[in-house]
Amino acid sequence: MPSPPPTIRPTDLVVPDAGGLFVPAADLWIDPRRPVPRALVTHGHADHARSGSEHYLAAASGAEILRLRLGREISLQTLEFGEVLQVGDARISLHPAGHVLGSAQVRIEVGGDVTVVTGDYKRQPDPSAEPFELVPCRTLVSECTFGLPVYRWPDPSGVMEEVLRWWEENREAGRTSILCGYAFGKAQRLLASLTPLLGDDPPAPILVHGAVERLLPPYRQAGIHFPPTDKAGVEEARAHKGRALVIAPPSAAGTPWTRKFGPVSVGFASGWMRVRGMRRRRAGDRGFVLSDHVDWDGLMDTVEETGAERVLLTHGAATAAVRFLREERGLAAVELPREDR
Amino acid sequence: MKRFVRLFVELDRTTRTTEKVAALERYFAAVPPADAAWATSVLMGRRVKRAAGTGQLREWVAEASGTPLWLVEESYDAVGDLAETLALLLPPPGPDAPPPPPLHRVMEDWILPLPELDDEATREVVETAWRHLDETERLVFHKLLTGGFRVGVGKKLVTRALAAHAGMDPAVLAHRLTGPWSPDPDTFRTLVDPDADLPDAGRPYPFLLAHPLQLDPLEPEGARELGPVSDWIVEWKWDGIRAQLIRRDEEVLLWSRGEEVVTPAFPEIEEAARLLPPGTVLDGELLAVGDDRPLPFAELQRRLGRKRVGPKILRDVPVKLLAWDLLEDGGRDARALPQAERRGALEALFRNLPERGIPLALSREVDAPDWEALARLREGARDRGVEGFMLKRRDAPYGAGRERGTWWKWKVDPLTLDAVLMYAQRGHGRRASLYTDYTFGVWDGDDLVPVGKAYSGLTDKEIRETDRWIRRHIVEKFGPVRSVEPGLVFELAFDSIRRSSRHRSGVALRFPRMARRRPDKAPAEADTLARVRALLPPAEGHGPAGPGDG
Repeated sequence: MPSPPPTIRPTDLVVPDAGGLFVPAADLWIDPRRPVPRALVTHGHADHARSGSEHYLAAASGAEILRLRLGREISLQTLEFGEVLQVGDARISLHPAGHVLGSAQVRIEVGGDVTVVTGDYKRQPDPSAEPFELVPCRTLVSECTFGLPVYRWPDPSGVMEEVLRWWEENREAGRTSILCGYAFGKAQRLLASLTPLLGDDPPAPILVHGAVERLLPPYRQAGIHFPPTDKAGVEEARAHKGRALVIAPPSAAGTPWTRKFGPVSVGFASGWMRVRGMRRRRAGDRGFVLSDHVDWDGLMDTVEETGAERVLLTHGAATAAVRFLREERGLAAVELPREDR
Repeated sequence: MKRFVRLFVELDRTTRTTEKVAALERYFAAVPPADAAWATSVLMGRRVKRAAGTGQLREWVAEASGTPLWLVEESYDAVGDLAETLALLLPPPGPDAPPPPPLHRVMEDWILPLPELDDEATREVVETAWRHLDETERLVFHKLLTGGFRVGVGKKLVTRALAAHAGMDPAVLAHRLTGPWSPDPDTFRTLVDPDADLPDAGRPYPFLLAHPLQLDPLEPEGARELGPVSDWIVEWKWDGIRAQLIRRDEEVLLWSRGEEVVTPAFPEIEEAARLLPPGTVLDGELLAVGDDRPLPFAELQRRLGRKRVGPKILRDVPVKLLAWDLLEDGGRDARALPQAERRGALEALFRNLPERGIPLALSREVDAPDWEALARLREGARDRGVEGFMLKRRDAPYGAGRERGTWWKWKVDPLTLDAVLMYAQRGHGRRASLYTDYTFGVWDGDDLVPVGKAYSGLTDKEIRETDRWIRRHIVEKFGPVRSVEPGLVFELAFDSIRRSSRHRSGVALRFPRMARRRPDKAPAEADTLARVRALLPPAEGHGPAGPGDG
């Protein structure tokens, strides 16, 4: 096994290794990248939940989605948010991360020392996910997908109003609105955010791509309200093209699938849409800045409010954020090894 | 400003020409002439005197946003557009921010006076502006401030939209908008008044641009499309600066294709132009010629941009205007005449000029009985120091802008070499945050020496794949530049190669681009510096024939 980088200490409660984030005191891995005996999975996105491990531990409200994605037959133990589980020498509890429905942060306590692994998280309101909970700790392992100060999220309610205006303009011009966001999480957030704005009476039908529709039942079970939707099939497309709002995964954009909707306008909902160059490269017509990840200010606030003395950053452009935390905040900050190395 | 920013957003959101023109027309219909004048000016790419240095702006944004300067740079690196980066970094304006003034006030009250102010006063104006503007408005303001306003519309689209709005012939408007005009409401009203009678003393005509010939005249399809060679006027294509020489009344003006007056840099041409009858406009190419052979393009650049040229540079870099078209003859616009007739008039004009001793020359026709003969001649183009042929349809009038099918450039096939990717830098605009700007090297013993930079030639998919490879093979960072492990080989194509003392390799490539990736080649199989040097043209003294002997 390769030795950890010198800035990671042997006394750390979590240690990056080839399998992912290892918790020695509990002998388990958090979001492992390869099959392991015991996997604690923060949420069901494919880069966090991988199949093949012997046993899984996850938040109860995310369990159904995990089974949908990894298979009904997995060995899965669930924890309510806040519930404490003793595993080996570690007291482990899960806390809402606000990323998607059932997404968790992991609190690990060993002998009075506390480390929190955020997983993916955001601090903005999202009617489709449990709100982020601030968990004090000495060591914070945080995601850093958007680790530059140009990434600051606008108020989501303003973004949703923009979406509605865009849909209206498209209806007036006889174009179908195709709004792209990840099939799990972003798509449901978009739908749930439309509920209070539209009630049960949208101005035109809302159609959902199959990949999005599959994941609606677990949300409904969790009590999330969506406006009425229909599947985005050939007949529905024929009946409602030129007016409908279609919620689809980004992979559907620019494919023959969109042709059945006649003239379309394609929008993308993503944090990357904050930058013009990315918007233009996406070849969509509109970008909506709506992210399920923490922005720069949210990251800095979280570091400060948790009271963490050490910060380990992972995912994305962590180099700049690490330097900033060291030089401007005087904290011990480390970039965890990248996944692709 | 609000309306102009909306236009900017609309233009930015679409790649469709019709939508862009429609957005421009809506804008022109909605704003008073004072704003329309400025919008036309900046959208056509006319620059105002640079109002603030980008270095200062970065520092002020760093302070205003509590961002260390290095983090501003990192952000710029990821965003790829400075004006945008700075707008994204600034804290949002307060809820009771005053509304932004109209565009002409932004230009005239804030931006135009800045070059006269000291740093402190400049900063005050910029901070006042920030208080009035939201994020997108700041982005646009920064672009106006730093003088680089490119939003995917050029002169042609702006002219088209404005002509439609004003009910004018686009060609007439294009001519009126060429050269300097003051962006004030009175001037603007006159410019877009179809009935206005405008004096056009020094104004150049819009340049007709040539397209690269994609067809091969030796293939059946190309031969069908082009017709017999006798339909075309064929000239050698020299590597110089496109220029228009205007001789009207007592005035002589030399315009570059960028629509700048370059007369002061070429006094010998100004003097010779006085031999032309008033009411003459020539189109041609400015060349640096030593002892009747062309000098490298870099030599010509030494002459450009100078307000005064001393006797030394006049001696070191002698120039010539190689005339190939007559746009105005005896004070009359000759552009509607067929190419052959204009050519005849041009030749007649030159018969009245001294044959030697003046820096004006006639671009000779190349005679060839058929395309095959021409193709054979073209093979010798590089030895002559030319880039290939210009083909001009004999019966065509002189159009405006990039009209297809009138003028073709038939360049020689490029030279190629296999080189190893050494350095990468992130691109700008649509390619921001991807590594798209590459430096390539060839082997000199066990070392790689850089021979050229290239940005173009790859598909979007190839760019993404190369970007991914680069990210995994970075060795070192030098500011925005990343050195990478020698692992990828590319075939570079380039038009010509010259000796250069400014490059470590001792050579400089002209117009290098990536012809293709060579995944089949190991880095060790890339070319050597010795092989690259062997491509150099013959040394001084045994040079090719000069432009006058064509």
